[in-house]
Amino acid sequence: MKALREIAYARSGDKGSSANIAVFARSPGMYEWLRENLTAGVVEEFFRPLGVGTVVRYEVPNLEAFNFILPAVLGGGGSRALRIDAQGKTLGQALLEMKVDPPET
Amino acid sequence: MLRIANASAFWGDQPDAAARVLTALPDLDYLTLDYLAEVSLSIMAAQRERDPQIGFARDFLGVVSSLAPLWKSGSRCRIVTNAGGLNPEGCARAVLAILAAAGLGRLRVAIVTGDDVLHHVRGNAALANMETGEPIDAIRARIATANAYTGAAPIADALKAGADIVITGRTADPSLTVGPCIAHYDWKADDWNRIAGATVAGHLIECGTQACGGFSTDWLDVPEPENIGYPVVEVSDDGSCIVTKPPGTGGTVSVQTVKEQLLYEIGDPGKYLSPDATVSFLTLKVSDDGADRVRVSGATGKPPPESLKVSATYRDGYRAHGMITIFGHDAVRKARRAGEAVIKRLANAGFTYDRHLIECLGTGASVRGLVSRMSDTHLLETVLRISVADPRREAIERFAKEIAPLVTCGPQGVTGYAHGRPSVVPVFGYWPTLVPRALVRTSWKFVEGGAP
Repeated sequence: MKALREIAYARSGDKGSSANIAVFARSPGMYEWLRENLTAGVVEEFFRPLGVGTVVRYEVPNLEAFNFILPAVLGGGGSRALRIDAQGKTLGQALLEMKVDPPET
Repeated sequence: MLRIANASAFWGDQPDAAARVLTALPDLDYLTLDYLAEVSLSIMAAQRERDPQIGFARDFLGVVSSLAPLWKSGSRCRIVTNAGGLNPEGCARAVLAILAAAGLGRLRVAIVTGDDVLHHVRGNAALANMETGEPIDAIRARIATANAYTGAAPIADALKAGADIVITGRTADPSLTVGPCIAHYDWKADDWNRIAGATVAGHLIECGTQACGGFSTDWLDVPEPENIGYPVVEVSDDGSCIVTKPPGTGGTVSVQTVKEQLLYEIGDPGKYLSPDATVSFLTLKVSDDGADRVRVSGATGKPPPESLKVSATYRDGYRAHGMITIFGHDAVRKARRAGEAVIKRLANAGFTYDRHLIECLGTGASVRGLVSRMSDTHLLETVLRISVADPRREAIERFAKEIAPLVTCGPQGVTGYAHGRPSVVPVFGYWPTLVPRALVRTSWKFVEGGAP
């Protein structure tokens, strides 16, 4: 097992009370593996403790990337949430800690 | 080729960025400065309640002062900024006073207005929250601001008429870049692919150093963060661009940093919505073009949506948060107990809160419950953060007095309390909605100074 960060990089931010996380494969081979394995369902399950809604995944093959939309994950969003991370800045780093098991290349 | 740089990603960005960019690139065509995030206008609304003469990003005045010597020594760089916030005219008058005092009365300042749709939002029943579907009646009486994201056309018109500085309100961030492109290349209003390309260029630089290695996943590998460059786009007539940064600056512009910023805070990458075009990122090509140079081409555009997005904000009471450091064995248990004691003591005094939250920073509190590398019991130190929100200002003010007493009544090892009592701040909720394009009438005009 390795951390997702070893095969991908990411960036997250807010859109109202939703957040987005863009995940980028570090190699073309890993893009294909992520397409099969880093599904919207897997990401939704990962963020369930934060009360996330139904996660949507957009594929961006020309950038070897995915954009995940995480509704209602910010506890009210930008100006209203009490949480230290009201803007979803940390969500990308959190996802990159996920344990994954891709084939060795 | 048109060279456009960004020197401010948000209200509070590095104050000397603009002067540094222009010193390194004296023949730069345009500087754009972005000051408005979703919450910024509500902060300006709170300021405007105290003084109707303000309500714009005063940091921009410092930028104008810092650029005066460069304009005096021959720079022709023009400025496009949304620093006007809720009061573009007030901002323009303050800018003109600075220019006149610096002997730069020749510079022409224009403003773009029409984004403020507060009167319409207050009187219209149909403006449901575009995220939740809630009807606006729930918050109508408490609405503080309502501003439409307006486009590039009035900026381009002002520039074509000879404006040196264009100050707008809630213009969409990428439009600050699209406006100069339309003015320079004289693109037709329905040249969607070119406008899409310029929109991508604007999106790439609107968050400043985030295109140059700031906020990058691999930030530890980004060179010279203390001198990180602000991004420059060299936009071609076909709408493609090279992303780069001024010579002699730190940071890095790579395929990775550009890709990271392309998808920052966006929704459907096949349908990026701006007031100027609907842009597909799915046709983009991002390629290396030499050291700290990345080519971005292939954007495709369609007409923009018939409706414009409006950011409305509404008053939602007050809040405060207090932080104090706890060091020692069982630090996290001690911190949590101290936080609960504060909330209980306030309840005993008759103050309960709409919402409160106790966080122990250092335990993974940013994403509580998701990931951790060690159990809380291993931590020798944590920062206790207690937050409260409530409609009653006096209840929040009382909370603010209950943090410091932990120094003597809390656990041993409490420290980091020297920064005074927490600030009580008004809370503004965010209400995104849509209005028909025809209801938003933007216009521009020159603002004349009293200069000789």
